Amino acid sequence: MSKASSNTMRQGETQRVALTLNGRARSGLCETRDLLSDFIRHELGATGTHVGCEHGVCGACTVHIDGVAARSCLMLAVQVHGRRVDTVEGLAPDQTLGDLQQAFQRHHALQCGFCTAGILMSCADYLQRVPDPTEEQVREMLSGHLCRCTGYTPIVAAVLDVAARRKQRNESPEAVHA
Amino acid sequence: MKPAPFDYLRAMTTQDALDALAETGEDARVLAGGQSLMAVLNMRLAQPRLLIDISRTEELNTVRVDNEAGYLVVGAAATQGSVEWREWLVNETPLLMMAFPYISHFQIRNRGTVCGSIAHADPSAELPLVLTALGGEVVLRSKKKKRVLAAADFFQGMLMTARAPDELVEAVRFPLKKPGERYGFTEFSARHGDFAMVACAAVVTPDSISLAVGGVADRPVVERWPYLKGDDLRGALNDLSWKLGAQDDAHISAKYRRHLVRQLGWRVIEEAK
Repeated sequence: MSKASSNTMRQGETQRVALTLNGRARSGLCETRDLLSDFIRHELGATGTHVGCEHGVCGACTVHIDGVAARSCLMLAVQVHGRRVDTVEGLAPDQTLGDLQQAFQRHHALQCGFCTAGILMSCADYLQRVPDPTEEQVREMLSGHLCRCTGYTPIVAAVLDVAARRKQRNESPEAVHA
Repeated sequence: MKPAPFDYLRAMTTQDALDALAETGEDARVLAGGQSLMAVLNMRLAQPRLLIDISRTEELNTVRVDNEAGYLVVGAAATQGSVEWREWLVNETPLLMMAFPYISHFQIRNRGTVCGSIAHADPSAELPLVLTALGGEVVLRSKKKKRVLAAADFFQGMLMTARAPDELVEAVRFPLKKPGERYGFTEFSARHGDFAMVACAAVVTPDSISLAVGGVADRPVVERWPYLKGDDLRGALNDLSWKLGAQDDAHISAKYRRHLVRQLGWRVIEEAK
């Protein structure tokens, strides 16, 4: 893709966008003004990603673009041509909940679930960078999301729990050898 | 879809972006991170004819330290996150490091660009404030020429800059930490990550104080004093709070804004001392 030449697309024209969605090659048609959030849901049929405010405030539509958490309502579908997009569906590839999702379940970190997909995607990215965050760091990261059910406390608990379990899992082989 | 129709150019080179800007001028908008522009398009507050996407223009996606000139140079496509997560940012430009946590949220900084925030010129935004406080520069390039403006000359009012319609904000230059300089940053907003009602950045040396204030006037404003203390400093802050021409708005009164300038100004200067 890096060698690709500049590409102009006229308004009203449809173009095929090819991307890797949750590890699988997918493609779909879009116009210039189609938002990525709508493209993922309507064109690719991956409805796990939810659309809330549609101007970047609520965080419900957060997905990963090349592994980095970002709002899909603040991106155009054409912008992801040739890129890797991961959505909440990718966290449970074999219909089995990932450890982050299991922690949310254990701690009742969701009620209606509308905001959850976006929050999970933010947490997944953040925990890759900061594997052992403080409560304050978790709250700061969650400030980019609105949840009207939980009051955030169980979400914070779930994130800290999964971080602690991952840490324990990573450290335990050493403990055995010690 | 929510935005009004537009043509779209994915510019893979700076030259392609500049050619399109030269041709389309005022009817074109540059899309970098899109964290302000996409919201504006979604609400149809802007309806450009052409969107020039520079988010994949590799030659603009650069962050580098120029030790000779004494700048941290951030290219037009570099995200805020790519600067924020630099390992040695605390040594390079500590004031930037202090300001980043106040800029919206982690998810927005992942995609939003430094130059985009500068070009957008929101009077309450943190990056224009930091650039002004440090006396940084904006590099503007058009098809015909390149020019460099001081931050103070670049910002001209609420969402208004000296950028000509055919120019691209190619890079911004933040002065590197200088020996003897100390820094402070804080802001007040309704919730963490919201737009600042008042934001203050201080640069203090053993014999001078400069305080930059955002969110009050129509652009970031810097005031320079000798190394004032106690009542002299309080008096200077009071004068500044009146000079900025605070206005009432839907959120807070002018009186409260003046109060915040005095209190936050004092706090960041003392923190920097």
